Amino acid sequence: MNYTEIMVRYGELSTKGKNRKDFISRLNGNVTKVMRGLDKLSIRPHRDRMHIQLNGEDYQEVITRLRKVFGIQTFSPSIKVKKDFEEVKKVALEMMQEVYEDGMTFKVNTRRSDHEFELDTNEINLQLGDYIFTNIEGIQAEMRKPDVKLLVEVRQDGIYLSNQVIKGAGGMPVGTAGKAELMLSGGIDSPVAGYLAMKRGVELEMVHFYSPPYTSENALRKAKELTGKLAAYSGPIKFIAVPFTEIQETIKSELPEGYLMTIQRRFMMRLTDLIRERNNGLAIFNGEAVGQVASQTLESMVAINDVTNTPILRPVSNMDKNEIIEIAEDIDTFDLSIQPFEDCCTVFAPPSPKTRPNLEKARFYESKLDVEGLIQRSLDGIVVSTVMPNEEFLTQEDTEINELL
Amino acid sequence: MLYDIKVKNSVLFETVVDKMIYFDNSATTKINADVLKTYEKVSTDFYGNPSSLHKYGEKAFQMLETSRQQIADLLKVKPSEIFFTSSGTEGDNWVIKGTAMEKRVFGKHIITSSIEHPAVLNSMKQLEKLGYEVTYLPVDSEGFVRPEDVKKAIRKETILVSIMAVNNEIGSIQPINEIAAILNDYPTIHFHVDAVQAIGKNIDEQYMNDRVDFMTFSGHKFHAPRGVGFVYYKNGKRIEDLLSGGGQENNQRSSTENTPAIAAMAKALRMLKEDEVNSAQRESELKEMLVKHLEQKKNVTIFSPISENFAPNIVCFSMHGVRGETVVHAFEQYDIYISTTSACSSKKGVESGTLKAMHVDENIATSAVRVSLDNTNTKEEMQEFINALDKIYEHFQILN
Repeated sequence: MNYTEIMVRYGELSTKGKNRKDFISRLNGNVTKVMRGLDKLSIRPHRDRMHIQLNGEDYQEVITRLRKVFGIQTFSPSIKVKKDFEEVKKVALEMMQEVYEDGMTFKVNTRRSDHEFELDTNEINLQLGDYIFTNIEGIQAEMRKPDVKLLVEVRQDGIYLSNQVIKGAGGMPVGTAGKAELMLSGGIDSPVAGYLAMKRGVELEMVHFYSPPYTSENALRKAKELTGKLAAYSGPIKFIAVPFTEIQETIKSELPEGYLMTIQRRFMMRLTDLIRERNNGLAIFNGEAVGQVASQTLESMVAINDVTNTPILRPVSNMDKNEIIEIAEDIDTFDLSIQPFEDCCTVFAPPSPKTRPNLEKARFYESKLDVEGLIQRSLDGIVVSTVMPNEEFLTQEDTEINELL
Repeated sequence: MLYDIKVKNSVLFETVVDKMIYFDNSATTKINADVLKTYEKVSTDFYGNPSSLHKYGEKAFQMLETSRQQIADLLKVKPSEIFFTSSGTEGDNWVIKGTAMEKRVFGKHIITSSIEHPAVLNSMKQLEKLGYEVTYLPVDSEGFVRPEDVKKAIRKETILVSIMAVNNEIGSIQPINEIAAILNDYPTIHFHVDAVQAIGKNIDEQYMNDRVDFMTFSGHKFHAPRGVGFVYYKNGKRIEDLLSGGGQENNQRSSTENTPAIAAMAKALRMLKEDEVNSAQRESELKEMLVKHLEQKKNVTIFSPISENFAPNIVCFSMHGVRGETVVHAFEQYDIYISTTSACSSKKGVESGTLKAMHVDENIATSAVRVSLDNTNTKEEMQEFINALDKIYEHFQILN
């Protein structure tokens, strides 16, 4: 069909009273960001709907991108018809014929914001329903649960017809809940945690620790590529790469093995918190799930959380691994996450880490180190970049290679 | 009665032609100059082992995987469905024997046609020795497998159907889509298509069917170097490994990857596909020139009519009364290179398998020659070819 526009129905934000304006303008901004490159679109946010006029852009592409924007309940590709009921009947019939299959049921659902129009809501429902019923053999009307709902909207500038409702990503527009840092490793859990945070409207910045030469360039690229996958839901994301080699080597050489992991994590938490403070973030998200590995027992969390008062949010903390994997597959991070590049969480992983570290002992061992100096040198080595939606790093566009092929 | 005459001594053949004319492109093609540059550059600058952990190996790995991606994109499939091999023959052997080994517990019956390339037919012969049963489907008088014969041949224990896309001897395009439609009802049977002669001839929609599980391709048929080919291997299907070793090609075909040849092949395939519509058009124009000319000759039988069911680049015909081999040598005198029906078996002096399967009279079958064109051939070349043909034809009328 030659759709002319996409009508977007807002998600939860419809219920958010006085903040509605902010939500809508944020959503407008987010939609604009993901539609980058589709220059002919015109995006019109209204109080209860958003209308995206296609002006010739490919509707399939718009739909693909729109599916990933949080804050959208549903959307419908629709066709604008001039205010002439004969024309409405003709196009409506075509639309129904296109989707009709034997024995299908339908109903017409009209909304009218232009009360001047010659027919009222009921008349439109009846007359249009009648017309379709007579012209498609075998179609049945069904008010309660029809297979197809033909939506008719009579507006000032024309009449809009549509017969499909596509489910949006739900949630709240990214940014409406403020900014936070995500500790992104490269595993399965942290991207899922990031996705869930964004779904609640959080704007994220990625904090990734890397330890060359213990970790490879590819581990870093993988984390960036994961960021690209998440950026498809939010627009460009700031990626903060934090060097961690010196800290890991120091801890390894000076502290007892059982506490290596706990104290490494305390350093990571401290660094993330300092970055958060510097960037005006409000909270820290990570991919910890209770009991999944040694560092993720409640005792470990106590010992690690000890370094800050900032809210540490763990969206996947009480999910099963399988549930997490399911989401990872949905958001297309799973295949990437399982690529075997060693990240800095596994470097120097002791054979038997303390699953129940003692907070006092952790503090005591750590006090033997030059904490401030180590932190400072790490902060000095931070490299910040911006990752674009679906940007690829592992299969980098290599001009030399491309020229040869 | 056939006579072998010593053409070299004949006055008729002293004409000198400036430039050689190569019309044997189904046998092999000339490597493209840019493709050769890629081969050379990758050999010298990307010689790392793609399996090595270091950056230099990584660079070679990227070259390899970018090549795979490019080939997959050109075929509109996934990169994980492309497996590199050393030749079309290897691909055919692997899919056939790999299926036989993998699926032997489910049955030992295989269906193929009687006009396949020897790589397929001789693999089948080998499997027969191991207790597999093979049905060789006949073809009609024009050289086509009948889809209903496939259906009739299917049994409970059938594990593989292997049918070529384009016959290498006469260019008939086999009804892959119709066979695929039949096999839709038998999802567990592997469907293999030898597509070596089909790629780049603008007939993708006639054989790249979703039901096809495996396809074999060979690089040197489209201006890539020798010694490299690839198999399309549908995700979710499984055949036994070909070579055990270091685990390359997803553990199924170990061997250090032939990165230069693979990259060169990816480039050659891109060039082929980019110009595919034009090339096929040009080739079919040349074919038409030749076929129309041959049609006027009384003592010639044409096996490759102008039809959308035949490849645009292959013309197989017989000059009655003269052995195909003799005709090949006669053209050689003009520095023109064609072939008896297929290069692989032509040196053995056996008659064409395809023509025999079509029940062509033995005398006519042994006279068959094959002209196989390519996007590098020109109208001028075809005109010269026709001029030479006229002389050769006239001369051999003494035999009729």
